[in-house]
Parts: sequence; C-alpha cells; structure tokens
Amino acid sequence: MTTAVADLVTEAPLPAEEAGGRRANLIANLVQLARKPVFLLSVLYVLFVVVSAFWPRLFTSQDPYETNPAAVAQAPSAAHLFGTDIYGRDLWSRVLHGSPLTIKATLIALAIALVAGLGLGIVSGFFGGLVDAVLMRGIDVLLAIPGLLLALSIVTALGYGTVPVAVAVGVAIVPGFARTTRAEVLRVKTLPYVEAARAGGASWTRVLLRHILPNSWGPVAVLAVLDAGVAIIAIASLSFLGFGAAPPEAEWGTLIADGRNYLVTSWWLSLLPGLFVALLVLGLNHISKTLQELTR
Amino acid sequence: MTLVDIKGLDVGYVRHRRVRPAVAGLDLTVEAGEVVAIVGESGSGKTTTANAIIGLLPPNGRITAGSAVVDGVETAGASERTLRRLRGSVVGLIPQDPMVGLNPTQRVGHQIAEAVRLRGITGAAVPAEVLRFLEQAGVPDPELRARQYPHELSGGLRQRALIAIALAGRPKLIIADEPTSALDVTVQKRILDHLGGLVREQGISLVIITHDLAVAADRADRIVVMRDGRLVEQGDPATIVSAPRESYTRRLTAATPRLAPRFDVRDQAVPEPILTLTEVSKTFAGNDLRRGARGFNALDKVSVTVPRGRTHALVGESGCGKTTTLRIALGLETATSGSVVLDGDEIVGRSWNQLRPLRRKAQLVHQDPFATLDPKFTVGQSITEPLVSFRIGNRRSRQERARELLDQVQLPTSYLDRLPTELSGGQRQRVAIARALALRPDLIMLDEPVSALDVLVQEQILQLLTDLQAALGLSYLFVSHDLAVVAEVAHTVSVMSHGKVVEHGPVAEVFTSPRSPWTRELIDAIPGRRVVDAA
Repeated sequence: MTTAVADLVTEAPLPAEEAGGRRANLIANLVQLARKPVFLLSVLYVLFVVVSAFWPRLFTSQDPYETNPAAVAQAPSAAHLFGTDIYGRDLWSRVLHGSPLTIKATLIALAIALVAGLGLGIVSGFFGGLVDAVLMRGIDVLLAIPGLLLALSIVTALGYGTVPVAVAVGVAIVPGFARTTRAEVLRVKTLPYVEAARAGGASWTRVLLRHILPNSWGPVAVLAVLDAGVAIIAIASLSFLGFGAAPPEAEWGTLIADGRNYLVTSWWLSLLPGLFVALLVLGLNHISKTLQELTR
Repeated sequence: MTLVDIKGLDVGYVRHRRVRPAVAGLDLTVEAGEVVAIVGESGSGKTTTANAIIGLLPPNGRITAGSAVVDGVETAGASERTLRRLRGSVVGLIPQDPMVGLNPTQRVGHQIAEAVRLRGITGAAVPAEVLRFLEQAGVPDPELRARQYPHELSGGLRQRALIAIALAGRPKLIIADEPTSALDVTVQKRILDHLGGLVREQGISLVIITHDLAVAADRADRIVVMRDGRLVEQGDPATIVSAPRESYTRRLTAATPRLAPRFDVRDQAVPEPILTLTEVSKTFAGNDLRRGARGFNALDKVSVTVPRGRTHALVGESGCGKTTTLRIALGLETATSGSVVLDGDEIVGRSWNQLRPLRRKAQLVHQDPFATLDPKFTVGQSITEPLVSFRIGNRRSRQERARELLDQVQLPTSYLDRLPTELSGGQRQRVAIARALALRPDLIMLDEPVSALDVLVQEQILQLLTDLQAALGLSYLFVSHDLAVVAEVAHTVSVMSHGKVVEHGPVAEVFTSPRSPWTRELIDAIPGRRVVDAA
C-alpha cells in the first residue's frame, strides 16, 4: 500500500553486445572462484579425500593390516609418510583405508538431512499456521537434545554400521536444514514475482517447485557443505568413543583413539590422522564460506 | 567563498579487474549559501560525484584523477581521518531512502544526539539540542518523536529525522541524494520546501541530487546537468528550462510530465465497462500485524469503473487504499463487502481455482522492477510462464510468442536468454509488461509502473503503454500517486483519500477544475511549475 520505492534504478544494464544469460553467468562465477588459491586448494584436498575413500589403492601400495614387528612405532619418513603404529602397520595406508565408512556415512547423512530438512522447511514455511507450529515444535525438541547424545543413543539402538551411523548423524543435523529452508521460503513467498506468477495463473505446486525452491536453495546448499564437516566430526567422535569399527579395521576416530596412549613417545599416531581429519573439515568450512560470499 | 571546488575529477568502479569510469573530467563548484541541483538519469554519475566529495565511495570505487577540495581540504586520496573531520561538521548527507536510513533499534532522539555529541556538546545540553533540531526539521511534537523508534514514524517523518541528523552537525554543506523520491508528491513538496527554506535561513549550501528536472527547477539557484559521468550543461533554472543549449537537456525538459491531459473524453460516449467495482469495502482485522492493532478500514464503499479500451487511473497519497482496490479487483485480496464484475463475471466470493480462468482476461504489472522478475528465470522463461501455466501451445510456439512479445515491448530478441540482473530497471519493466501481455488479456492493472524509473525511462514506458493500448485495444487500471503521469496516460480518473473515492470523472475535467480539496492539494504538490510555466 505504500509508495515506498526501495531505490531508483542505479545499476547500468549489461551492454546489448555482451554475452549474457545463465551460461555466461556461470562462467563468470567459475572464473571468479578459480582466482581464489585457498579455495582451489580446499577443493583439491576434499576431492583427494573423497577419491581416496573409494579407491585407496591409488595413493598407497601398502597393506593396512600387515603387521611388521621389525618396524614398530617408526617416525614419519619417506617409506612411511605418517610413520607406523605399534604393530608396525603403515599409518598413511590405514588413514586412507579408514575413510570409506566416514565418507559414505557423511554422504548418506547429508542426503537424509537435505531431503528431510528441505521437505520439513518447505512444508512449514509454505503452509504456515498450524502445520508450521506443529513441525517447528518438533524441530525444537530435536534441537534441545545434544546432537552427539542423540547420535549415541541411535547407534546404541541400531547397532554399528554405515547406515545406522548415517541415520544417527543425519537426524541430528536435520533441524538446521529445516530452519534455514523455512526462513528462506518465508522470505521468497512474499516477493512480487511469486505473486506475479500466481496472477499469471500458475498453480501452487508450480510456484513452489519453479520459483520458491530454486530461490531458497542457495543458503541451504552452503549449509550442506558446512554440515558435511560437522557430520565428519560427529562420525569420528562416535568411533573415537568406541562405537566404531572393531579392530583391526581402520577408522579415523579409532586411529586417533588408539594413538592417544602413546602421545609422548609416538606423537604421530594421534596427531597425523587428527590433522588429516581437521584439514578436511577446515577445507569444507572454507568452501562453504567462499560459496556464501559468492551467493551474496 | 567557494565551498566545494572540483577540478577534472575522474572516478571509476573496479569490476572484474577493469575500471569502468563513472565520472570523467568533472569540474564543479559550489559557493557558500548556494543551492545547486545535479540532474541526470540513472548511471549519469551524480551520486558517485556526491559520494566522492565526502569519501563515501563503495569499496570498489576509485578516484583516478583530479581533485575535489571541500572547505579548503583536499578529499581525493585523503585519509579516513581527514575525511571523518569533514563529515557531519562540514558536509551533512541526507540519504536516499528514509525507510532504511535510520537505525531501527535506536530511538530517533538517540540517533540525533549522536551527531550532536560529535560537535563536543555533552551532558544535559544534548537533549535540548536534539529537540531544537527536530523542531527545525519540521517534526511536529518533537518530545514525543525523539522517544519513538523509526518504525513508529511515517516515511515523511523519517525523512525529516534524517534532515535533523544532517543539521545537527551544523554543516556548511548539505548533500541531499534523491531526498524524496521514495515519498509521494504532497509529502515531497512539503519536505523540499522546508529544506529549501532552512538552508537559505542558515546560509548552508545545498546540493540536491535528483533525476527530476522539475524538482530541481523549483528550488535550485543553479542546475548542473550530467550525463555519462560528464557535465553537459549548467546554468540558472530559467535558462536551463527555457533556453537549453544542449539537445540532451532539451530531451530532459520535454520528458518531464506536465499536467496537460493528453486525452479529452468529456464529449465522447462512454464505452461499456470491462471492470466495475461497486461499493467495495475492506476492513483489515484488528490483530492484523501489518496494519497495526487498530481494526483498519482500508476501503469504504469504493466504486470504480474501467471503460473498455480506455485507461482509468486511481490516484491518491500513499495509504489511501488505491493498491488495495487494485488487488481486490484482481482477486489477490478479498473484499469485505461489495461486488467486482470483470467482463460480466462476478469475482467476489470466488475461490482461487474458480478465479483462474479469469486470469486470462486481467493481468498485473508490479511497481518494483527489481522484485517482479524471478532472478533465476531468464527473460524468455519469465515471459512464457503464463503460457506454460495455462498449457498454451508447445515449446516452439511459446518461443515464437516470446519473440513477438519482446518485439512489442521494443526489446531485442537476443534478450530471451538474459537474466534479470543483466537488465536495467526500464528493461525489466518492459519484460514485466511483456509477461502481462502473454495471455492476450483485455485488461492490465498497473501498480505504480513507473514510479521507480527516472524521467526519460518513465516517458518511454508511458509511450509504450499508450502505443500498446492503441495497437491491441487494451484497457488499463492505472494506480499512481503522480498526477502528472496520470495526465499523460489516463482517460478517466478516480481520486482517493482515506479509503474513499472523493472525486471521479474524465481527466480533462478533474484536473482542470478540481472540486475536491484533496485533488487540489495533489495538483498543487506537483513539482515543475517553473518548467511548465516556462515551456
């Protein structure tokens, strides 16, 4: 009802002869990203970890389970990048072989959180009223329980394995997704282009799928990358606490936990796997921060 | 004494590692006590110039050459500390948008006190000073207003509070950046008159930045016309308006809408109506958060008729209910009572799905060109969306139609793949019009379609609307607060005030011999008397 016009038109249009459209936009964004060295490093590192989780043989030729009494607790060297553990097994190879469960569980957890969180957020933001109130109180209850405790109880109930861990961690990060999506949907829902689409005869389903979802998606995608880091830490914590794979199976959390008794004499046993995981989470955080700046 | 002396100033913006010049070789002086208006269309560099003077360029802005001396201090390349001493105490700035210019979490008085304290005044003297400046800025009841938060004030009062903040530093120069473009005409006139009187009284220099030559001509001692970062022409208002040397200035003068009705339908038979609103009332519930807790009568027995093939305008100050009327006519809002008949069909009481077939008869063009297009949709997708919604044609025939529509709104067909961010405001509004035309409707409702555009673009869009009407036989329901714009496009008009229609009839009659005091006030508030008289 007001005549408040936010701003007069100030930005100049793209000249007619310059390439425009979605593809040019995408290329411009990629070029901008490629100019950020730390971002590139983070992406390469994350890619390396993901690839090594599925094909660890590409990066190590040593057997992660082969004990060698002659080379026990050796410091890092050219032959053993991360040194050897107290049974003489190559730590680098154990770290690489220890990642599949974490990475796969993280991906599944993210998928669960994305689907459930997006669904809940869109439904509650879009319908509002009673539906919104009920769903959001449910989310509040989830938020009130500490994530790790929730995950612990789920793992205790379901037993250990890729899927139970993924479910446990996924459920714990659903609230964040639901909240973020709901906020975005509430914002986009009131914008004139949604009304214009409605006035143009579009059905609510169409408006939801073609206008509201694509325009709410950005912050959720950023959150997904960020929460990948959270999920990795949570899964490593679970196995650190003993809810992990049974020996001699390698696992990031178990590796760190096994090494903590030898911190003074063989520091690399805990610190190097820890560093490996920490770098991965840092890399994911940096990627998510860069993407956030880009979408702004 | 010369207060501002700009010589050969070059300012550019760095984007993708390239410097795009925004101001080039500008020479400009402002004498003490002088009122200078910088006029130009968007992108002409007028705001950049002002920001460069007080060192408030955005992070990617660079002064690449030249000098800007303000009150004896060189500001080009000056340190933040030097600039800070200038801001507030030498140069005061009144920002463009009063809705976002104030801190929403602090009381108005507190924000003015901040500026007062910068002058070294402390203790008990501060509140008294605050009230004095609020009073000077023309805020009624200053004790009350100082204790209120910005959201409790209307747009006009917020703008006055911003003026008080600018005054509180006792500056020698005030820069007003499009100070009233977000306000409606009557408020705009009151505030500009007040500001003009104030600076003359206190001997402050004033730089008004505006796209509206009419606003400038009414108040400035000297007008500076800018285009593409260069100074086109300068001189006193009478000369600029009546005897401009440059063709660009002539175009600006010609584009300024004047209160001369274009259509005179007094003696013609009235065509049958396409849209009739009869005694429509709308009451917003008392607990409706958007309206405050008052139980608000937005519309009170409003009757409006839009004749087929003609333009009917709804005018009035903001908050008078004109947009609500339009939304009810479109079925986006439900009326509390009354009837709305669109092309023989009653729409009040219809459910959304029952309304849907009628969407092909009536379409809407929004006010804000920035928010009316989905940022993820290409121009082609936006235009064809109504066709997709109604399952008209196949992919190829829709593309064909989109090209035809772009042609009708005079945009190149290469724009089909563009995203809205790559278009200017006027181009976006053209796309919005093309989208409204896609279903070949009989009636288009236009909600302030040009109020966010500058004068030259505004003229083009209005011309486009008139041409389309002639070519396609469209009817328009045109909502605007600007009578001069209405005179350009409308055949008949309803003047609204406080939810009631106070006067209606042919534009030629209502505007030349207004009977209602509300109409008279709106007409008096139109800027550009000097332009009109001179022309």
